[in-house]
Amino acid sequence: MKKSKGIRTETLYKIFIYVTLIALAITIIIPVAWVFLASIKENAEFYGNPWSLPEGIHLQNFVEAFRDAQMGEYLLNSVIVTTLSLFFLLVIALPAAYVLSRFTFMGSKFLNSFVKAGLFINVSYIAVPIFLMLLGWDSGLQELFGEGMFLNNRVILALIYASTALPFTIFLLSSYFVTLPSDFEEAASIDGAGHFRTMFSIMLPMAKPSIIIVILFNFLLFWNEYILALTLMPGENKTLPVGLLNLLAAERAAVNYGPMYAGMVIVMLPTLILYIIVQKRLTQGMTVGGVKG
Amino acid sequence: MNKNKSRNIFIIVCISPAIILFTLFMVAPTVEVFRMSLYRWGGFSNTREFVGLDNFKVLWNDTNFIQAFQNSIVLIVLVAIITLVFAIFFAAVLTKEKVKGDNFFRVIFYIPNILSIVVIAGIFSAVYDPSTGLLNSIFGVLSLESFQQMWLGNQDIVIYSVAGALVWQAVGYYMVMYMSSMASIPASFYEAAELEGAGKFKQFTSITLPLIWNNIRTTLTFYIISTINLSFLLVTAMTGGGPDGSTEVFLSYMYSQAYGNSTYGYGMAIGVIVFTFSFALAGIVSHITKRDVLEY
Repeated sequence: MKKSKGIRTETLYKIFIYVTLIALAITIIIPVAWVFLASIKENAEFYGNPWSLPEGIHLQNFVEAFRDAQMGEYLLNSVIVTTLSLFFLLVIALPAAYVLSRFTFMGSKFLNSFVKAGLFINVSYIAVPIFLMLLGWDSGLQELFGEGMFLNNRVILALIYASTALPFTIFLLSSYFVTLPSDFEEAASIDGAGHFRTMFSIMLPMAKPSIIIVILFNFLLFWNEYILALTLMPGENKTLPVGLLNLLAAERAAVNYGPMYAGMVIVMLPTLILYIIVQKRLTQGMTVGGVKG
Repeated sequence: MNKNKSRNIFIIVCISPAIILFTLFMVAPTVEVFRMSLYRWGGFSNTREFVGLDNFKVLWNDTNFIQAFQNSIVLIVLVAIITLVFAIFFAAVLTKEKVKGDNFFRVIFYIPNILSIVVIAGIFSAVYDPSTGLLNSIFGVLSLESFQQMWLGNQDIVIYSVAGALVWQAVGYYMVMYMSSMASIPASFYEAAELEGAGKFKQFTSITLPLIWNNIRTTLTFYIISTINLSFLLVTAMTGGGPDGSTEVFLSYMYSQAYGNSTYGYGMAIGVIVFTFSFALAGIVSHITKRDVLEY
């Protein structure tokens, strides 16, 4: 008697678990899938039942988003800024992380905690001071050459993205370099390899798994970032999320839903594809560095 | 001697770009936040005037700031508690129960975390739309018309709508975090508890919870810092602080004062208060949740 009751509660418990799991999965899948479907709906369809499936594949929304809302141009900007940022970040952070984690020199302890303190600085606080700093440099240049170059500049934005990602990236890479035994460097030194050779041909190749995690995380970070892009690029060269922000605002005023959802698809599709390919690495890597933006 | 010199050159070449950029684009702006908060600067005059703590005194009586303060506290508390409960529950289910398709659920739950906040703002604008929104139409289908709301238009509930979007965004991330620390608890603990006749809930409260306590404490700090930041990014993209300031949060008010309104000094004073507040809150929470670490 008692046993059968135990089995019943066990089954009920199992059902309860599956119901909650499926419920959460639905609340995530439905809105995301809905955006994809909405991006191929015609404008008239938005006034009817939101659950109706698209009547046809209306790709005009994407054409409008790319052409009229300049999302094509912004896509190019985003690709340029993200690629450059990742390049800057790796070139700057890798040697720094290697030296900071494996060399002791005067001030090395201080520099390590100095960089680590950067983990507590959030971009949202410093966006406006960075803007004012660039504005000041620009007006200095204007007096000298007649035009500024720091605001609305993709390369400068990429450099700033890379700089703001330095503390986390150096922290993550250092925590890997620290674990390597010093035999590698000793062997290389005996073979007559200089410091640069040792770093480039022995230490950096070994850090490949960590480097991939760094690239994945920072790709998502740079691709999705909008507050710095919004603040530092008030004129031309907007990035995709800022372009999408404009589409959202335009949708609130006038009513043209289609291109807005097309814009959302353009922004999230690359990240979703990347995520599906590498999801295992990403969620495992997260536990290595666990810092949330 | 020569060897030493080449070592020093190597060190300097490797670290100076990082140190210079970090100082220039992170440390200097942070110092500027604190320094500028002591100046009256902006508006229509381009002059800077040292005013000491005057900006902070004005802030003390600024009802808009007080509202932003209240909204932020509501969001921090709600988002932290709801996300914590959901994330721990789902983490425990996915690690301890033999669920079919557990990998599928883990992959799906993490998706919101890879989306841009602007996309999330767009998604929730669609979900919360009063006439053609997904939420209201579900209530319509279920004949629960009384639940239909102006989710983003009603001043009394819009802050909860924002909290909903933030929780949606965060659950998967924290779940994965808790899963990794739960996975490191030895199975023998649960087997022993099973033999002693402890039920699932008892096992959870006396084994799982104490053993991941330190991890939970760390995430409490994350909740505070990331809710302050993400609520700003979401609100700026989704509601613009409206209607009538009812979703204005700490940093959105700072940003609109400093960037929109060009009252830089005043905006930075808000930044200083928020910065200090978030650290103090994180410190207090971390202190009162301190327990003896259980070794296993």
